[in-house]
Amino acid sequence: MALLDIAGLSLGFGGIEVLRAFDFAVEAGSITSLIGPNGAGKTSVFNCLTGFYRPRAGRISLGGTRIDGLAPHRVTRLGLARTFQNLRLFRELTAAENVMAGRHCRTGASALDAMLGTRRHRHEEAEIAAAARHWLGFVGIIEAADRTAGSLPYGHQRRVEWARALATEPRLLLLDEPAAGLNVGEKEELVALMRRIRDELGITILLIEHDMGLVMQVSEHIGVLDHGRKIAEGTPERVQNDPLVIEAYLGRDDDDASAAA
Amino acid sequence: MSTAIAARAARSPRGMVLSAVLILAALAIPLFANGYALEVLSEAWFYVLLCLGLNIVVGFAGLLDLGYAAFFAVGAYTAGLVTLKLGLSFWFSLPLAVIAASIAGVIIGGPTLRLRSDYLAIVTLGFGEMVRIAVRNLAVTGGASGLVGISRPYLFGYKLDTIGSYYYIFLALALLAVAASHRLENSRIGRAWKYVRSDEDAARAMGINHAAVKLSAYMLGAIFASIGGCFYAAKMTAIAPETFNFNQSLLILLGVVLGGRGKIPGVMLGAIVVVVAPEVFRDIGSMRMLVFALSLLLIMLLRPAGIWPERWRWG
Repeated sequence: MALLDIAGLSLGFGGIEVLRAFDFAVEAGSITSLIGPNGAGKTSVFNCLTGFYRPRAGRISLGGTRIDGLAPHRVTRLGLARTFQNLRLFRELTAAENVMAGRHCRTGASALDAMLGTRRHRHEEAEIAAAARHWLGFVGIIEAADRTAGSLPYGHQRRVEWARALATEPRLLLLDEPAAGLNVGEKEELVALMRRIRDELGITILLIEHDMGLVMQVSEHIGVLDHGRKIAEGTPERVQNDPLVIEAYLGRDDDDASAAA
Repeated sequence: MSTAIAARAARSPRGMVLSAVLILAALAIPLFANGYALEVLSEAWFYVLLCLGLNIVVGFAGLLDLGYAAFFAVGAYTAGLVTLKLGLSFWFSLPLAVIAASIAGVIIGGPTLRLRSDYLAIVTLGFGEMVRIAVRNLAVTGGASGLVGISRPYLFGYKLDTIGSYYYIFLALALLAVAASHRLENSRIGRAWKYVRSDEDAARAMGINHAAVKLSAYMLGAIFASIGGCFYAAKMTAIAPETFNFNQSLLILLGVVLGGRGKIPGVMLGAIVVVVAPEVFRDIGSMRMLVFALSLLLIMLLRPAGIWPERWRWG
């Protein structure tokens, strides 16, 4: 059974339809991509999955549990973590403090525990600090732990966001345009990191990405969205040769169309 | 990380020695200070407690609150009602004040969860005024003249009825507030406040229930003020609605902002400045509030993030 199952997802704001009866599945252990032209509705899918948007219709299940309509923090607790298209770090806090945020939903010490300095508080604080270092080490920027996130170079900020998402112990990791703004070398490292997350941690990945080279290189399954509809899906080869996909990206050649008519 | 730990190790012994010296000095002051000085300094410690409480809301959680004096009123009136109307010992008022403040914190926090900045300011301002006007008009709270004749509590068989005893009570409360603030700041909840302050949506995506986190900030801030309010009532033996007016809320907020919101030593400094500075200027007579106001303006112009701001506001 698929880890993530989206069925008949529709989303609209007022009279504007953003998603129309969108069906999609992500197999456990896969790296899957969602592509499509600008404004196709990809980030809206992510916002529905993570509880930020409430769909008009449809069901979303993660590992058999329905998650549509749940508040974002509950979805995260059920094992879905995300990164944002435009970085959303806690810029004035350190990289380590950013990653600690990911542990919030896996720990439970109260304000009273903190004020009294209970065993629970001390145990969890030690665990949270260790986890922050572990995940910063995993993404390869342990040396940045005590620097404020906003002062880090762009590529490192992206990694802090990944570490923060991984710290929530997700089953499914949603990456919204992770390669945007990265140079060729950084993109290579990104592909390697994605594979390590899947292979070493067993975390399934769903990504939105505009860099087609990267998408074709890393994905096992691709869904294509255009104007809120799924127009194709399948392996990279199949999607690349699909006439509807080529048309969505390049437009229809009017001469050919009229000649054919 | 090694640099930060090294820096902390280098700073920590010096910081501890400095804190110990300051605490010893504060403990020794009643041995030679006169009654007037003790009054002013007791009030300064009391404001340290209030400002640290408001700092949880304004500094850590980044929420504006223009009606904070209402929580101070909740504590003071709880103590007054418990001792005068119920005839119980003063000490019963502390747990009741904590409960009452938590409820009041939820009442003000609940409806404002979706509001930001200007709207939050208006609603909290309105809440503060509502509490003041309510106690002014209720018979049980003594109307405009308030409650008079609140009995002085006993501690270990010793009656708390001298300014010296209240000096030590408020000093102890201030130190407890510092310790509690410090522990909260470096905790799961304290970090959650800062995450929500920094980027609410990112915090939610990390599994943080922003509504619960904001409510906890309002509740804890309210508890600090209400405990202070209980002891204020015991010290004054009489309380009236006008003590808890908008100017009071503003003065507490001033201490937080002037000192440096979010930074515990900064907030302590701010609290002491707003109490002590007008007294220092007392010699210049009717001009003193003008001089005080001008010096505040000057400080905010030169140091917009406060005298001693949280690290991130520098960079």
